[in-house]
Amino acid sequence: MNNNNLYQYILGIADNSLILGQRLGELTGHGPSLETDIACTNMSLDLFGQVRSYYQYAAKIAGDGRTEDDIAMLRKERNYLNVLLVEQPNTDFAYTMARQFLFDVYHFLFLQELQKSKDLTLSAIANKSIKEVSYHQRFSSDWIKRLGDGTEESQKKMQTAIDDLWRFTDELFHQTDADKSMVSEGVGVDVTKLKDTYYKKISDILEESTLKIPESKYFQKGGKQGIHTEHMGYLLTELQYMQRAYPNMEW
Amino acid sequence: MSEEKIKNLEAQFEERIARDEKIEPKDWMPEKYRQTHIRQMSQHAHSEIVGMLPEGNWITRAPSLRRKVALLAKVQDEAGHGLYLYSACETLGISRDEMYEQLHSGKAKYSSIFNYPTVTWADMGAIGWLVDGAAIINQVPLCSTSFGPYARAMVRVCKEESFHQRQGFEIMLKLANGAPEQKDMAQDALNRWWWPSLMMLGPTDAESVHTEQSMKWKLKRKSNDDLRQQFIDQTVPQADLIGLTIPDPDLKWNEERQSYDFGEINWDEFWQVVKGHGPCNKERMAARVGAWESGEWVRDAAMAYSEKQQERKEKQAV
Repeated sequence: MNNNNLYQYILGIADNSLILGQRLGELTGHGPSLETDIACTNMSLDLFGQVRSYYQYAAKIAGDGRTEDDIAMLRKERNYLNVLLVEQPNTDFAYTMARQFLFDVYHFLFLQELQKSKDLTLSAIANKSIKEVSYHQRFSSDWIKRLGDGTEESQKKMQTAIDDLWRFTDELFHQTDADKSMVSEGVGVDVTKLKDTYYKKISDILEESTLKIPESKYFQKGGKQGIHTEHMGYLLTELQYMQRAYPNMEW
Repeated sequence: MSEEKIKNLEAQFEERIARDEKIEPKDWMPEKYRQTHIRQMSQHAHSEIVGMLPEGNWITRAPSLRRKVALLAKVQDEAGHGLYLYSACETLGISRDEMYEQLHSGKAKYSSIFNYPTVTWADMGAIGWLVDGAAIINQVPLCSTSFGPYARAMVRVCKEESFHQRQGFEIMLKLANGAPEQKDMAQDALNRWWWPSLMMLGPTDAESVHTEQSMKWKLKRKSNDDLRQQFIDQTVPQADLIGLTIPDPDLKWNEERQSYDFGEINWDEFWQVVKGHGPCNKERMAARVGAWESGEWVRDAAMAYSEKQQERKEKQAV
């Protein structure tokens, strides 16, 4: 098996959790209620926990002396492989929950399949993570319903967020060459097969939340090739600050 | 109720406390006892919530994944303490919204220490080590305070705080043993946090207005000055151990007292911060009020949704 493909494949999974965890971490202490504050911090914590398992494994595969932190914090922007969806900013609580929901539903379906991976480390990580992600999915779905079917104002805000973030959903189902090669090895998940179930699940919940399912067929992509939105550089600036300002130190 | 009857109840109440019995929310209690507890417990809860801000300031910039996870968990614990304390306080007949209102209007206070800025990563270590260290010294005696819900909350809070303190010390230890730049960062943080940490234990006994009554109700078991001395005696050897210097030229071991003598605390600074003019008072309040106001539509939506769900359930039942 080509180790570089496996390495790239792991990054493709882990970078999503890293960047989404970072976004959620921005909100700690600033949530609309103490309970949502605790929940968002907790989701961030879960995601970073997953990230550590993935990068520790990636560091082992790379075998060039790099650590989990080097991989997390010392790459150039073009080498981060997360989807565009997760790097979108916390414009307001509707955007935060819409982003979470659109990712969680995918993430859960993805981990269900990754549990069956021939790669025992990946299947073990998936096994552990899916319990957490099932909670994330419940939390974000509940908020879609509350805000969608809440007040007139909240419905409008939630609809705007869903409409705006919709264009980033299709990329979740794109495959890179590394992805394809890992699928053929029985290691990776064939995400193209998740697409119908994903949109069905999303549509059901949007409908239940009295929200309209966006009709636009124009989608954005690029994250999986390392071409990100303009938000990404600022996010990385914070994420990498200490490692860049104080190179080669232990913390 | 006649005056005589109230006096009688009060006497019985004080006897119960003297016998170390716990007072529970539904028990009769003097109005002053209720008000004093609302004041102290809500202040404590507010401190946990405002205290999330200076540390939250470093979550996105934590230097390693391990540190980031630990910091997230720590700040989450603080939110949990806040939630727990607000709930305990609600048993005294005040709502969480009312307590928030008092915080936002400036009527209720929170610990002044959180009005200092966190300017380097080492501040995460200093806060854990010194601020949580001082908080534990304040809070351990409260585990046996007279009001049951507060005492039980403190048992749990103290366990987590002591974990945070070790975590903070470990951050400092790592920096102190690291590169020269890291050691400088640690010393600089100690220099900035030392004196505010001493102030955290409250004004000197001569100036402390609430002490006597609080002692009787076991809301306070040692005086501010005694607690401060305990904190200093405990912390100085820890600083020595990791090779950092306490920023007090008058600090000296007193053989006779078996305690450290220490320099004059700048009480003008203390009162300036308490009165709302510290380096970050305005920012902390703006952050809390901002989160509350910009979250209003979210809370309204949750309420409206839950009412709709209730209506639907009722309709189905018919």
